Amino acid sequence: MFDTTLRIAPFVIRVRSPFASVVEHLEFFYRDCEKPRDAFVDFDIRLLPGQGLHRLWRPQARFLVDDQNPFLPLPANQAAPMFEWGLNWTIASRSLGYVVFHAAVLEKAGNAIILPGFPGAGKSTLCAALSHLRGWRLLSDELAILDPATGALIANPRPISLKNASIDIVTRFPGTRVGRQYLDTRKGTVAHAAPTRDAIERADQSAQPRWLIFPQFSPEPGRQVTPVSHAEAFALIGEQSFNQERMGELGFRALCALLDRVDCHQIEYSSTEDALDLVAQVTQQD
Amino acid sequence: MDRVTLLDLMQHPQRTAALTPSLWSDLIATARNANLLGKLAHRLREAGVSVPAGPMRHLDGARLLSERQHHSVAWEAQCIDAALAHTGEPIVLLKGSAYVLSGKAAGVGRLFGDVDVLVPPHSLGKVEVRLMIGGWTQMKSDEYDQRYYREWMHELPPMVHVRRGTVIDVHHTILPLTARHHPDAEAIIACSTPLPGYRSLRIPCDEDLIIHSMCHLAHEGELHNALRDLDDIDSLLREHTVAPAFWDRLGARAEHHDLAMPVALCLALVRRFFDTPVPDSLIARLASGNARALERLAQRYDTAIAPHPEGRPPLRSLAAQLLIYIRSHWLRMPPQLLVRHLSRKAWQRLLPDASAAGKNEQGA
Repeated sequence: MFDTTLRIAPFVIRVRSPFASVVEHLEFFYRDCEKPRDAFVDFDIRLLPGQGLHRLWRPQARFLVDDQNPFLPLPANQAAPMFEWGLNWTIASRSLGYVVFHAAVLEKAGNAIILPGFPGAGKSTLCAALSHLRGWRLLSDELAILDPATGALIANPRPISLKNASIDIVTRFPGTRVGRQYLDTRKGTVAHAAPTRDAIERADQSAQPRWLIFPQFSPEPGRQVTPVSHAEAFALIGEQSFNQERMGELGFRALCALLDRVDCHQIEYSSTEDALDLVAQVTQQD
Repeated sequence: MDRVTLLDLMQHPQRTAALTPSLWSDLIATARNANLLGKLAHRLREAGVSVPAGPMRHLDGARLLSERQHHSVAWEAQCIDAALAHTGEPIVLLKGSAYVLSGKAAGVGRLFGDVDVLVPPHSLGKVEVRLMIGGWTQMKSDEYDQRYYREWMHELPPMVHVRRGTVIDVHHTILPLTARHHPDAEAIIACSTPLPGYRSLRIPCDEDLIIHSMCHLAHEGELHNALRDLDDIDSLLREHTVAPAFWDRLGARAEHHDLAMPVALCLALVRRFFDTPVPDSLIARLASGNARALERLAQRYDTAIAPHPEGRPPLRSLAAQLLIYIRSHWLRMPPQLLVRHLSRKAWQRLLPDASAAGKNEQGA
């Protein structure tokens, strides 16, 4: 069985699996991660074949972290995306003192932009475009990890998760490495785009939140920037938070502090170019 | 990491100084598996031990979570009190919520979910209606499950609050009506004391609090939380170890509740696991004449309680766990009823649409 220990900032993760697809995925996307020996392991993850007789005609994959088995099994050919989903779940649900919410985070000159993720809003495509076309450093495309002690956002640079139409769009970005496609998952066709080298190498640098931008893709032509009130932004972020309730007062105060320091806008756009222009307009960054 | 090492480090936090990073990984995963991570975090902090940054993040996280849960349970108790004060009935808190709200050392760092309360049997109808008016609703919709709880068990089916998602278990006695032992629930209520700041909530006297925890452990078929529960019992007992009269009171109370053997078992276990200074004479008195049976049973629990970082205990632990599981049913139901209940459950599992209901079954 394949057994490796990866440093995927800010965590050390051990992964064991007999699936060739998982090995291929890790080698494609995490080959630059140092593999410390005898390190403290935060999450001990195993992706194992399903149990029971039906594995003979319907092979399945199971995700385990330590002794927990949080998901129903998936078809075995989805073991690699299951690793990413399972790791997201683990980071969001383990109590580690961080506030975790669903958003992409990117940074330029120490200032971070937060793109909360509502389904269909186009967050991942925009995130890939900002990182691969405009030089923003990727902190995460799924998980905003907020440290209440410093108010900083912590980087967890991992492959950007692409769905359906966005796969073709992002594959055309120059210099982008896109992995294998997984068909017929719960989310449709799924593929991943590798973060830039810079994003991995600077993974230990956190960033200060500066802008909160709610992306809204619409097929109708037209583009628009609308300011969003802090109260509304707080409510919207709360909806996207995985553990604000569990974080109690500390989480509440950390989110209030975050909102005190960011400008909040909604952008509506019908093309990636428009979205990039609007972000540049809001952030005054190229 | 095995149980002995885990408990040794929990009792002597300074010894963690010798741990390598990979042993720290093992300790954190094993403590989490045994549901003891919050308690471990508090003990390391109290001892002022310096912990490397990696494990510290997990320990701080568990400590935060337990503080948050204690805050929530205090609020939940306010809500329960507000919903039930009008009944004029005594509402006695049991287990985790009782430890935390009465400020017991056993509550420090403890992680838990549901609130358990004991009410007089005649008040069940009133209490259920008041809870429903207050926003709690039945989790079990299946008619068989409803009947299982109401006719044979010692509690209402668990109720969940529609907005907060919190769960309350309302007990009217502390063991199933069908069980072999017959503890005196009325006496638990009679000897309880009001919890300051609340109108209807009460805390059992210390002997009853301890005996209830022991009774629960000795009748529980699943051992996921057994080590955490024994640690609770150890902490509760240590508050009284200096007073010799306490042990006599505990023994007499165990006999009064018809729970001599379960209490003897738990006393034997905490002595083995935690070196709790339990007098030999008390265990001998409670086990009267069944010393060898007690020894065998304690040995079986010793083998079965085997926390493991990956949740994969050795085969002999699994075998012991199975025996304890079977025995727990044996203690809770007469054989005829048990056969009926288990065949009903097996049949439900075979039916595709009933399987979802069967999966949620607990303690059955």
